[in-house]
Amino acid sequence: MIEIDKVSKWYGQFQVLTDCTTRIAKGEVVVVCGPSGSGKSTLIKCVNGLEPFQSGSILVDGTSVGAPGTNLPKLRSRVGMVFQHFELFPHLSITENLCLAQIKVLGRNADEAREKGLQLLDRVGLKAHAAKFPGQLSGGQQQRVAIARALAMDPIAMLFDEPTSALDPEMINEVLDVMTQLAAEGMTMMCVTHEMGFARRVAHRVIFMDQGQIVEDAAKDDFFGAPRSERAQQFLSKILQH
Amino acid sequence: MIDLQLVLDNRELLTEGMLYSLQLTAFATLGGIVLGCLLALARLSAFKPLSLLSAAYVNLFRSVPLVLVIFWFYFLIPYFGFQIGPDKSVFITFTLFEAAYFSEIIRAGIQSISRGQLAAAYALGLTYPQTMRYVILPQALRNMLPVMLTQTVVLFQDTSLVTIIGIKDFMGSTSVVASNNGAMTEMYTFAAIAYFCVCFPISMLLKRLHKRIAVIR
Amino acid sequence: MDLNLDWGVLLQESPTGDGPYWQLLWTGAKWTVATALTGWALALLVGSIVGVMRTLPYKPLAWLGDAYVEVVRNIPLLVQLFFWFFVWPELLPREIGLWYKQDMPYPEFITAALALGWFTAARVAEQVKSGILSLPRGQKNAALALGFTLPQTYRLVVLPQAFRIVIPPLTSEFMNIFKNSAAALAIGLTELTFQMKQMVEYSNEVIVSIAAVTTIYMVMAFAVNRGMAWLERKSRIPGMIGGGR
Repeated sequence: MIEIDKVSKWYGQFQVLTDCTTRIAKGEVVVVCGPSGSGKSTLIKCVNGLEPFQSGSILVDGTSVGAPGTNLPKLRSRVGMVFQHFELFPHLSITENLCLAQIKVLGRNADEAREKGLQLLDRVGLKAHAAKFPGQLSGGQQQRVAIARALAMDPIAMLFDEPTSALDPEMINEVLDVMTQLAAEGMTMMCVTHEMGFARRVAHRVIFMDQGQIVEDAAKDDFFGAPRSERAQQFLSKILQH
Repeated sequence: MIDLQLVLDNRELLTEGMLYSLQLTAFATLGGIVLGCLLALARLSAFKPLSLLSAAYVNLFRSVPLVLVIFWFYFLIPYFGFQIGPDKSVFITFTLFEAAYFSEIIRAGIQSISRGQLAAAYALGLTYPQTMRYVILPQALRNMLPVMLTQTVVLFQDTSLVTIIGIKDFMGSTSVVASNNGAMTEMYTFAAIAYFCVCFPISMLLKRLHKRIAVIR
Repeated sequence: MDLNLDWGVLLQESPTGDGPYWQLLWTGAKWTVATALTGWALALLVGSIVGVMRTLPYKPLAWLGDAYVEVVRNIPLLVQLFFWFFVWPELLPREIGLWYKQDMPYPEFITAALALGWFTAARVAEQVKSGILSLPRGQKNAALALGFTLPQTYRLVVLPQAFRIVIPPLTSEFMNIFKNSAAALAIGLTELTFQMKQMVEYSNEVIVSIAAVTTIYMVMAFAVNRGMAWLERKSRIPGMIGGGR
C-alpha cells in the first residue's frame, strides 16, 4: 500500500532523512518511533507530500508521491492524516469541520456529507458535540474529531503524527482506544508515536529511526523481545523505565 | 472660539466636503483591501519574482510620504495625458497607497495562522485556492479585523491631505470658509473638533472590539 | 508626452534664486531632516513622560495621559499643523502671541517641529506604555520589595528594560516623522516635497524631479532603519526578552 524507497531529504546542507526504505502492506499497522529530531515526523509527512524530498520514491497505492505530474490534492484526499496539534479549523463548527473537505474535495452534497460526518462523530463518541466549535472541546475530544474528519474521506490508509503527544495524560487513552478499534477493523495505519503500550498491543511492525535513518524495521515481537541495534535498546530502556 | 453661525451659513459646502472625505475613505479602503490581498498573496508566493515585485511595491510606498505620493499622481497623470482632474485621480492615489499598508496587515494576518492549519487542509486534499478561501483567509481576516478598521480611521484622517492640492474635502471646505471670512481660528478649531467627534467614538468602539475578538492561534 | 529624461536639469539654475535645482532639493532635504529631528527630540521627551504617566497608580495622571493620546490620535496631522500655526498664537497671552506671529524666527519650521513633536509624542507614549506593560509584573514588585521608591523602580528597573523593548516600534515612528514632515508644506515650510513641487512647476521635468526626490526619501528611510538597527544591537542584552534575536 505504501512503498518508501531510498528516500533522502535535505534542509539546505543538513540531511534530515537518509535512504529510508520500508513498505507497509494493506491492513498493516506500523508504529514509527525514535528520539525527537530523528526524522520520523518528516518521513510521515513525505508520505502524503506535505514535505518534499529530494531523492528516492514513495508509492501510495501505486501512485508516485514525488513525481511532477501527480495530482497531490487527489492523492491526499485518499490518505487520512492526524496531527499532533489536532488542527481542527477553529472558525468552523465540528460538523462543518467534518463536512468541508467532503463537499469541496470529494464533491459530495451537503446532506450526504453531514450524514457521513455525524455517523463518524457518533463512532468516536462525540455526537452530542456536533454544533460546538473546536475551542469548546477538550484536547482528547478534538483529536477524536480530527480522526473522524480524516475518516470521513473514506481513506485507504491513515497517517498519525504523534497524535497523543500534545494531550494531558488522562486524555491519551480515549484517543488510543479509537485508534485501536480502527486497527481492529483492518485499516492500514502508519503511526509516529511514543506510546509503546499501544505499539505492543496493536502494531504488527515497529520501525525505529535515529538521525534520519531507519535503524530497525522489525516485527513487533522481535523489536520488543530483542532489538538488534544498541541505539534502539537504549531508546527502549529510557522510554520503558517509567 | 467657534463661530456656529459661520458654520451654519456654510453647512452645504461643509457637508459636501465631509461626504467627499467619506467617499474617498470608503473607496480607498475597499480598493486597498482587494489590491492589498493580492499583494499579500503575491508576497507569500513561492514564485520568487512575484514575491520580490510585491515586496518592492510595498517597500516603495511605505518609505515615502503620502503627501509625496499625492503629488506623484497629481503631476504624473496629466503628464501621461489623462485629463481626469485631481479630485478623481486621488481615488487612484489613495487606493494604490493604502494597498501597501493593507497588504502588510493581511500578510501578518495570514502568517498568524499556524502552519499546521495549512498542512491539515492540504492533508484533506484541499487545493491551494480552496485552502486559502475556506481555511486560512476566514481565520486571518477575523484576526486582523480590528487592525484593519484602525487603519481605516487613520486613512480617513489622511484624506485631509488632499486639501494640499486644492481639493474641497472636509478640510479643504473648512479652509475655503476660513480664508473667505478671515476666520482661521474659528474654522480650524471647528475642524479639529469635528474630526475628533467622528474618529474618537469609532476608536473607542474598536478598542472594545479588540478585546472581544479573541485572536485565534 | 516626452519620455526623454533630462537629468542635466539638476545642474541648471533655478529661477527661485536658490542656485541650481540640486541645491533647491538639498535645501529642502535639510529642512526635512531638521524638522524631523527637532520634532523627534520633543516627541521622545513628551512621549516618554506621557507613556510613564499612563502606567502610574495615580488615576488623574493616567487619565490625563490617556486623554492627551486620544485627542492627538483622533485629529488629522494637517489640522494639528493649522492649529499650531493659526490658533495657538491666539491662545497665548497677547504679547507673546504677537511675537509668535510677527517676530519669531523661522515660524514655519518652529511650528512644524512643534506640531510634529506633539503629534508623534502621542504615538511614542503608546509604545512606551505597552513596553512597560509587557514587562513581567514581578520586575516592578521585586524592585519595590528591595526597598526602591516608585521613581527609583521606574528609573533603574522598569524603563531600562522597557526602552529596549520599544526600539523596534519606535523605529517605524522615527521613519513616520520624516514622512509626516512633508505635510508641513501646507504651512509653507520649504521642505523636500515643497521643493519638488517648485522644481516640477519651474522646470517641467516631472519624472526627473519625482525620481530625485523619491530617491532622497528612500535614502533617509534606509538611513533611519540602519541607525535604529545599530542602536538595537548596541543596547541588546543577551537572553532578555526582545534581546535574544
